[in-house]
Amino acid sequence: MTALTILLVLVLLLVVFGLLFRLQIFTSIFSGTFTRDIGMSNSVNAILMLVFLIGGGGWFAYSFVENFSKMNPPIASVHGHQMERMFWITMAVLGVAFAITQTLLFVYSYKYQHREGRRAYFFAHNNKIEVIWTIIPAIVMAALIFAGWKAWTRITGPAPKNSVVVEVMGKQFNWLVRYPGRDMKLGVINYRMIDAVNEWGFDLSDKSALDDFTTNEIHVPKGVPVLIKIRSRDVLHAVYMPHFRVQMYAVPGMPTRFWFTPTTTTDEMRAKLGNPKFNYELACNQVCGGSHFAMKATVIVDEPDDYQNWYAAQQSFSQKNPDVLAAFKLKAKTMVTPVASSTEEKEAAPTPLAASY
Amino acid sequence: MSDMTPKPNLSPDVQAQGGIGTAPVPATEHGDHLLHDDHDHEHHDQHWLWKYVFSQDHKQIAKQFLITGMLWAILGGTLSSLFRLQLGWPEGTMEWLKPVLGGWIQAGKLNPEFYLALVTMHGTIMVFFVLTAGLSGTFSNFLIPLQVGARDMASGFMNMLSYWFFFVSSIIMFSSLFIETGPAAAGWTIYPPLSALPQAIPGSGAGMTLWLVSMVFFIVSQLLGGVNYVTTVINLRTRGMSMSKLPLTIWAFFLTAILGILSFPVLFSAALLLVFDRSFGTSFFLSDIYIAGQALSNQGGSPVLFQHLFWFLGHPEVYIVIMPAMGMVSEVLATNARKPIFGYRAMIGSLIGISLLSFVVWAHHMFVTGMNPFLGSVFMFLTLIIAVPSGVKVFNWLATLWRGNIRFTAAMLFAIGFVSLFISGGLTGIILGNATLDIQMHNTYFVVAHFHLVMGSSAFFGLFAGVYHWFPKMFGRMMDEKLGYIHFWLTFAGVYLVFMPMHYVGIAGFPRRYYAWTGFDAFSQFADMNKFISIAAIIAFLGQFIFIFNFFYSIFRGRRATQNPWNSTTLEWTTPIEPGHGNWPGEIPAVYRWPYDYSKPGAEQDFIPQNIPYSQTQSSNLPYEQDMAD
Repeated sequence: MTALTILLVLVLLLVVFGLLFRLQIFTSIFSGTFTRDIGMSNSVNAILMLVFLIGGGGWFAYSFVENFSKMNPPIASVHGHQMERMFWITMAVLGVAFAITQTLLFVYSYKYQHREGRRAYFFAHNNKIEVIWTIIPAIVMAALIFAGWKAWTRITGPAPKNSVVVEVMGKQFNWLVRYPGRDMKLGVINYRMIDAVNEWGFDLSDKSALDDFTTNEIHVPKGVPVLIKIRSRDVLHAVYMPHFRVQMYAVPGMPTRFWFTPTTTTDEMRAKLGNPKFNYELACNQVCGGSHFAMKATVIVDEPDDYQNWYAAQQSFSQKNPDVLAAFKLKAKTMVTPVASSTEEKEAAPTPLAASY
Repeated sequence: MSDMTPKPNLSPDVQAQGGIGTAPVPATEHGDHLLHDDHDHEHHDQHWLWKYVFSQDHKQIAKQFLITGMLWAILGGTLSSLFRLQLGWPEGTMEWLKPVLGGWIQAGKLNPEFYLALVTMHGTIMVFFVLTAGLSGTFSNFLIPLQVGARDMASGFMNMLSYWFFFVSSIIMFSSLFIETGPAAAGWTIYPPLSALPQAIPGSGAGMTLWLVSMVFFIVSQLLGGVNYVTTVINLRTRGMSMSKLPLTIWAFFLTAILGILSFPVLFSAALLLVFDRSFGTSFFLSDIYIAGQALSNQGGSPVLFQHLFWFLGHPEVYIVIMPAMGMVSEVLATNARKPIFGYRAMIGSLIGISLLSFVVWAHHMFVTGMNPFLGSVFMFLTLIIAVPSGVKVFNWLATLWRGNIRFTAAMLFAIGFVSLFISGGLTGIILGNATLDIQMHNTYFVVAHFHLVMGSSAFFGLFAGVYHWFPKMFGRMMDEKLGYIHFWLTFAGVYLVFMPMHYVGIAGFPRRYYAWTGFDAFSQFADMNKFISIAAIIAFLGQFIFIFNFFYSIFRGRRATQNPWNSTTLEWTTPIEPGHGNWPGEIPAVYRWPYDYSKPGAEQDFIPQNIPYSQTQSSNLPYEQDMAD
């Protein structure tokens, strides 16, 4: 139905334009003022400029307000709220510049339309106003750059020492999730050890890998900094969690990371939105193949106590897969040298993103 | 004389002679013989193959670029209509497209991998084949010799090669649409490893190979063209045409060509390294990959390295696309407002500023790739500075309209539309250039909306303004103004209806290159809006056929043009209505004044062409000009 309406409106517009321009030829022919040069179409176009400013501006304002709630998905992280504020402040600044320049453009177009016998004002340059409109935007930009830079260094800075660590690994086309287990150390993984069972490529000859556990959903505690370590094992992916204002690429061969502090549990958000099915989502946001659009994981924010309980109840990968563990033990006995690991990752202390580069 | 000598091959010396007017050349009827008028009769029989196909005349080559670009634009637009159908009606059937798309429709649904191929090819076609070759190729070729006062490009032969390399590149890219595994599908940015591994997506097989080969030809074409443009502007300006008397179009083309020469080779190297990774087992961009049940042996490469190389071209590329449009819009605005462009020197300065900055902002495409955040800070700073010269341009355009005497030709409408779109799209760049805000906005529809306004639609508007404005010079006839008006208002409204709502969708976080967003709660609230965008996009696209009809109809049936239909000041309007090879039948006019003497107080008419000496305009000369006249 909407489709039909829009189609109809546009067709009508087309007809109206057509008639306007045709009609004007006929009237000018009849009134004997028909010239091929600058005719009435000039003023029609000038009026349309004004119509476009008012009509278009009105439509934009209306649709913006109408959709405002939809374009503001709920936010559930500390830095997310700051970013939101910065986003809308910047938008307001841009909105002012937008309104002023667009209004001048269309009003000038209307006002200074061709008039017989008038001559344009020969005005080639004026250093004073040019300096003014160079400096004012420069000052505004400086303020925006400064605010953006401060927030950026804070957000991408080192994660707090007490951060909870979780690692995700992108693959075509889902997300693998692992936690460091009781020793709080992520064990060594090696992409050459990946197979259908050992999707992470755990090197179980490394002790800290023994208690690592994998899950399908990402659980994080509320109010505690969470450090997400990010890997990919095939092509580029990107961890994108719009509710937490988190985004970072998953790059094969180069671990990346991002930290944030969730502010609202899943249950709280469900109650707040009145939507019992609500879930925080992790989307892949770097094209990775045919099912890119379906590469999704669910993120659950728990109360810290619930999180502790959930964490303690998890069974490690090596416990779940005794066969794999047995194979590693056998190999360790028969081989003199352990398998070289290419992606050593032992430090537990979080470091800035830079460290991974 | 044999037919194998196509056109008098002009050496720069000959042109320089013509240029400084020391070798007066008798005017001939067709004006395309220059020093060869004794061979007049042979050129009448010149084989059509040399005249229209393998022509070395810059005007003919420009038309070849334009028409090839138009064909590409139709194809690029059609592809976008296809994926807009998918986005607008994710549940709908596409069975009716089966006769065209064949196996890419399965059980009434578009294949998701083909969807990615569609967006990839749409991007590649529009950015490179339409807006780089079609826009800059057409107008740099057409206008540089005409506006600087040269007989032709510095090397007509290289210029011809430039088109034919582009043609071969086009054929290769086009043929990739028809192979079994489909065309390249890793996005127009072809990030490896996706683009390097056929196991990851079928489009990265033969389709990607063809993409890379085609791009190599394309880059060669760009370099041949670019070297020619720069050489011509530097060496072949007519007598009196100093750099500070060049029309802004030429400044824009000149700087664009320099950007191309400096940045396209980097894409070439990136493509070459990718070819090595794909075919010869190197690991420039590949490391630690397990795919399709197999661990690859590649180690130590970095996919982020490719992004650095790609965007080192990729970012100047968007200015390569937009700067020619800026130049032409400046020209069209001044001509039709009957006013000098405001702040001519500031306009040149801002073009130079934008050109320089465009080389040091590339990593703003990579804030969240895992790049060192310190680099992110630096690139945020450099990126947001670009707003300053861009702002200067906008203010100067507005000041040019102020107290003008505006004639709304179709070209003028598109020039005004350009300014409007450039403002709308440019402002959101301030959000995206801010690294902090880019964390959320990166790769969402906000980005898509931003660049479609500021470089896609704007550059198209510049292209339209250029075609409407210089059509009389190209074909000796006028395009239909009324159809032009309808085309403009439909397109202008259409572009805003498509891309404004796309911002909303992006602010909500919709990722780009998603075949469907029905799988995510977070992204599913805008189903109606997507339908709306799709309808508006398809109608706006269909509206372009008004232009195409107008264009081809007017070539044959348009009203005959006069010599200077817009009362413009620049040199191209001093040529015959349909200039032959060599452009001016006689001596090349000398230039005495800047190109924007519109509505000068005291002058008889409201424009004084560049070739009128100050001695003939005593009544309107400014004091310092009077000194030059005496």
